[in-house]
Amino acid sequence: MAGTLVVAELSEGKVRKSTFSAIAFAKQVGAPFAVLSLGAGASEAAKDLVAFGAQKVLTVDDPSFKDYVCERVAPTVAKIAKDGGWDTVVLPASTFGKDLAPRVAAKLGAGYAPDINLVKVEGGARRYRRPTYAGNAFSWLEIATPVHVVSVRQTEFPAAEPSGGASPIEAVPRAPDDAAAARVQFVKLEVGKSERPDLGEARVVVSGGRSLKEQFKQVLEPLADALGTALGASRAACDAGYAPPELQVGQTGRTVAPQLYVAVGISGAIQHIAGMKGSKVIVAINKDPEAPIFQIADYGLVQDLFVAVPELLKELKG
Amino acid sequence: MKILVAVKRVADPDNLNKIKLSAQGKVDTTGLEPKPSPYDDYALETALRLTENGTNTKARLGEVVVVTFAPKDAEQMLRAMLGTGADRAIRVDATDDALDGDLVARGLKGIVEKEKPDLVLLGYQQAESESNEVGQMLAEYLGWPQATFVGHIQSEDDKALLVGREIEGATAQVRVTLPAVVTVLDKIVKPKSVQSKHTPATHAYPEGVRFAALMAIMAAKKKPLAELKLADVAADATLKVKYGAAELPPKRAAGVKVKDVKELVAKLKTEAKVV
Repeated sequence: MAGTLVVAELSEGKVRKSTFSAIAFAKQVGAPFAVLSLGAGASEAAKDLVAFGAQKVLTVDDPSFKDYVCERVAPTVAKIAKDGGWDTVVLPASTFGKDLAPRVAAKLGAGYAPDINLVKVEGGARRYRRPTYAGNAFSWLEIATPVHVVSVRQTEFPAAEPSGGASPIEAVPRAPDDAAAARVQFVKLEVGKSERPDLGEARVVVSGGRSLKEQFKQVLEPLADALGTALGASRAACDAGYAPPELQVGQTGRTVAPQLYVAVGISGAIQHIAGMKGSKVIVAINKDPEAPIFQIADYGLVQDLFVAVPELLKELKG
Repeated sequence: MKILVAVKRVADPDNLNKIKLSAQGKVDTTGLEPKPSPYDDYALETALRLTENGTNTKARLGEVVVVTFAPKDAEQMLRAMLGTGADRAIRVDATDDALDGDLVARGLKGIVEKEKPDLVLLGYQQAESESNEVGQMLAEYLGWPQATFVGHIQSEDDKALLVGREIEGATAQVRVTLPAVVTVLDKIVKPKSVQSKHTPATHAYPEGVRFAALMAIMAAKKKPLAELKLADVAADATLKVKYGAAELPPKRAAGVKVKDVKELVAKLKTEAKVV
């Protein structure tokens, strides 16, 4: 085992928190590791990566990486992994990591363990575990190739804490783009406007279902404000247009595992539960006592949400 | 435009909480109705929308080929897809335990080289394995551009697509020159998510995917359905990933029902200590 290459996820020149979950994986498997900071402003971002015990922090600071395009980034990641002799490449299981990792794996002829929630090292052999069947099973897999590519779930690999020290920073050259990069034109990034904490990183998430209708914001925002928290929504609420699509929690939306998840008027479809059942404490408010959400809620309140939420707000403030 | 849609048959995605474990630690889906992986159904709907004028869907303005890697009984799914408007189907005979995402990608490459489509569409994620890799690997093996997590597609002409990739908290708008590989989210079947150059911009589709009329299903029996061996499309059937046993995640036990908001807040403060 020659060690692990962690690919950092940058956003506007800043290290995203998901990166620290990938570092946590590297620390857990124990082999020496390097962190690759790649993007526009990557050398500045590298300074936030030196205190985690990495052998070195590699940087590819290139203006052409400003807007993420897989066909530009993947060749450089694969080349650095190959040249460095790293036998494991790990990325966060965000849309960035999930888009990039398979292309890198294919370039390296490597097996890919996607979206893992646990790794076990036993006598030199490594087994990866990942949720399957909408989170209703955990499947174990092994990789048969010498090089492994892995993406790790942020909800099950808590962010690594700085352990001190100062890893040396080393600038490395980029590889040529894939020929296909000439056929991809990045047009623009439309960022959803939100003053709230990111869903994937919030300590508390208040989520609403379709029954809130046009009053989604009016009812839930004061509660979210009172708890200083992120807002989420069921797929039904997003599909109906009551909540913006970026709030969707569930299999197709975001996977969250906050300390407290408050499900308001959410029935608990399988695909929703798959995205939030890792939450530490789950509260469900629903007027239907048979709603499946109550089967996984720590605290269930059978009441009309339009009565319960204002009351809850009053109690929390009081 | 010629579009290849890669599809997978899975156990009823709405009832996956009913799976069991066999004595060998394998996931047992007995009793669950086989259905297409929903995102693959959305990929097919996308392909149909891109190859028609939405105001006259009977006149096909392109070719849609569906392909799956599965045993013979998956032909029923392919027939149903031919009924909704696909022109041809290909089944590569294989069972799940002889496949991994990498091998499916290499097999699809073999099919793409023969079929020469302008576009390959896939669901962004498979419902059983929850894997999300075949499209990206296929794009790499073909040397094509990839666009994943796509919730919006506009076909400007038959040479390029303007797509919206849904990433955390944002949408990245990207123009890809064909041929390309695109993987789609559920949002792609909203009324105006696919804007074909053949369809008036004002046209809104019904929400979701279309269903085959009985007449169309009868007619689809005459549409071509080819069977290939895995060796016909992929020279090397070595797997890079081997799945072993599965386990059931710890069940979240139902907690307590509280009688009112006061009791709820008290419990959150003193028992759970989260507020």
